Amino acid sequence: MNILVGISQVPDTATKIVISADGKSIDTKGVKFILNPYDEFAIEEGLRLREKHGGSVTVVSIGADTAKEILRTGLAMGADKAVLVKGDAVDSFIVADNLSAIAKDISADIVILGRQSIDFDSFQVAPMVAEILGWPSVTFVSSLNVDGSAISAERDIEGGKESVTTSLPCVLSAQKGLNDPRYPKLPDIMKAKSKPIEERASSSAAPRVSVQSMELPAAKGKGKIFGDSDQDIAEVVRLLREEAKVI
Amino acid sequence: MTIIAFLEAQDNKLKKTAFETLTAARGAGSEHKVIGVLLNGTPEQMQEAAEYGLTECVNVTHDILNIFSPAAVASALAQVAESENADLVLLAATIHGKEVGPRLAVRLQAGYIPDAVALAISGSDVSATHPVYAGKARVSLKIETAKKVVSLRPNVFTAKKVDAPASPVARSFAPSLGTGDAKAPVSSVSRNTGKLDVAEAEIIVSGGRGLKGPEHFYLVEELASTLGAAVGASRAVVDAGWRPHSEQVGQTGKTVSPNLYVACGISGAVQHLAGMSSSRYILAVNKDKDAPIFQTADYGLVGDVFEILPKLTKKISETVQH
Ligand SMILES: Cc1cc2nc3c(=O)[nH]c(=O)nc-3n(C[C@H](O)[C@H](O)[C@H](O)COP(=O)(O)OP(=O)(O)OC[C@H]3O[C@@H](n4cnc5c(N)ncnc54)[C@H](O)[C@@H]3O)c2cc1C
Ligand SMILES: Nc1ncnc2c1ncn2[C@@H]1O[C@H](COP(=O)(O)O)[C@@H](O)[C@H]1O
Repeated sequence: MNILVGISQVPDTATKIVISADGKSIDTKGVKFILNPYDEFAIEEGLRLREKHGGSVTVVSIGADTAKEILRTGLAMGADKAVLVKGDAVDSFIVADNLSAIAKDISADIVILGRQSIDFDSFQVAPMVAEILGWPSVTFVSSLNVDGSAISAERDIEGGKESVTTSLPCVLSAQKGLNDPRYPKLPDIMKAKSKPIEERASSSAAPRVSVQSMELPAAKGKGKIFGDSDQDIAEVVRLLREEAKVI
Repeated sequence: MTIIAFLEAQDNKLKKTAFETLTAARGAGSEHKVIGVLLNGTPEQMQEAAEYGLTECVNVTHDILNIFSPAAVASALAQVAESENADLVLLAATIHGKEVGPRLAVRLQAGYIPDAVALAISGSDVSATHPVYAGKARVSLKIETAKKVVSLRPNVFTAKKVDAPASPVARSFAPSLGTGDAKAPVSSVSRNTGKLDVAEAEIIVSGGRGLKGPEHFYLVEELASTLGAAVGASRAVVDAGWRPHSEQVGQTGKTVSPNLYVACGISGAVQHLAGMSSSRYILAVNKDKDAPIFQTADYGLVGDVFEILPKLTKKISETVQH
């Protein structure tokens, strides 16, 4: 089974976001970058499928040279091959276009991605890749069973779960709970340092959206903070009803 | 411009987000034409949508659409968009919408903006604002292609009824769909019965580690039931096994934007804020006046949840009854 896992490099969740001087991106000075947490589930699921069904796992990232760091994490976890597509990952269509091209090149049977990349939180690459390839997709997968080419999966929806059955080739996106990602062991981390990372140029797809501006959310204005007396509670209830009109 | 508003239904009823989508489309201005699109819609659905300003409606009819498959829905919507020569398709960023939107965009060779919280349409230009970095920033994106697709974050665009609803002009459309189009159809659905889900609730009462133990969550549940609210939780209490994962709000849980979010004994870590900071109003109850949640809250009560919650519940039930 040829397994392709797309991974993205994102600021650590605790990062304080500062907008850069161009007003269109974040200032990356001093920002710690990590492997997108949902992509850890995607890599782990790829490795488990390989362990069960044989084949190979290729991890791919579209991004800057610094993305080699997360590709090495993928190799240390156990991926067979790593590919860096050098390019700007702001436009998700370009990311999807590149991932689909590589899926074709390696005759992938399955593409596994994360539920969302926690930088732009855009939830779009998985369905786009599937549509470009003409494949089925199951997103937000919290449990998966692959039997031959038959797939049954559970996905989280509002207020419940959906069961979906489909078949390979297929695109999946991993939700928390799908598995417990392994920690790479020190010797594997050391070995991954000297493994090759294939570099490719980005596809020629043109961007379909452009960034106009990026800003911090408008500050909420000072909240009305009270103590815990009966009058305080009564006042808050009054405000909820008369000012906010939400109860 | 011709705008298509996809009106999503569930169990034969239009979702609240369908009315939000319609309202957002109408909000673009009267110089634009708005067409509502239903899948195997009913006269009742059309009538209900008319109250929110539906005047023109395409009802897409096909057996394959009775069972949700993102590929089939995207194909059907793309065919309608092409036959109506639509410039922009709006849909709600529900779980299903998040699967259909990107597929539709690929089919139409359209630029796509996901999960928008603000939409600007001027002439033939469409741009929209989308929260990024877990809500710590917002990016305004402009679509560069002729065809455009935007999904709207639920509960952000308020649905508004019109004063004099007209009876919509409706036509049917039979898309060409084969079984090959119904990729990855849903085979069964299980819903958390009897419980309102945080993703769909207008009011959420969430509890955190300040509740001290699962046995005290009745305080949160009682307030929630008085308000007709869903119960939410911080990751700390989900990880501790006090509450199910389906209730978790935040970066690794659900993103919610209810009208009112009540945070009880929750410190307001960035990862929690990521899931709820776009709520319309936030009330925090916490004994630590310096807890970060008070920076984001519109209203705050500084004190012990064990004392405040029962009083708050009582006061609200008295107030709401009158
Ligand atoms: C990658 C990552 C992802 C994460 N994702 C999420 C997520 O999705 N959702 C999430 O919630 N967290 C998430 N977290 C965890 C987050 O960082 C916090 O640890 C968590 O939100 C804390 O939960 P809490 O507010 O309930 O607990 P605490 O931070 O312990 O806060 C408890 C609060 O209760 C108050 N309190 C205590 N006793 C009382 C009392 N008697 N009366 C009133 N107030 C009282 C305290 O003053 C305190 O402010 C994530 C963390 C990481 C690293
Ligand atoms: N730059 C990228 N390179 C490789 N994979 C990516 C990239 N961006 C997103 N992905 C994959 O697509 C998933 C969903 O991302 P998104 O649609 O951007 O929220 C991520 O979890 C990754 O698996």
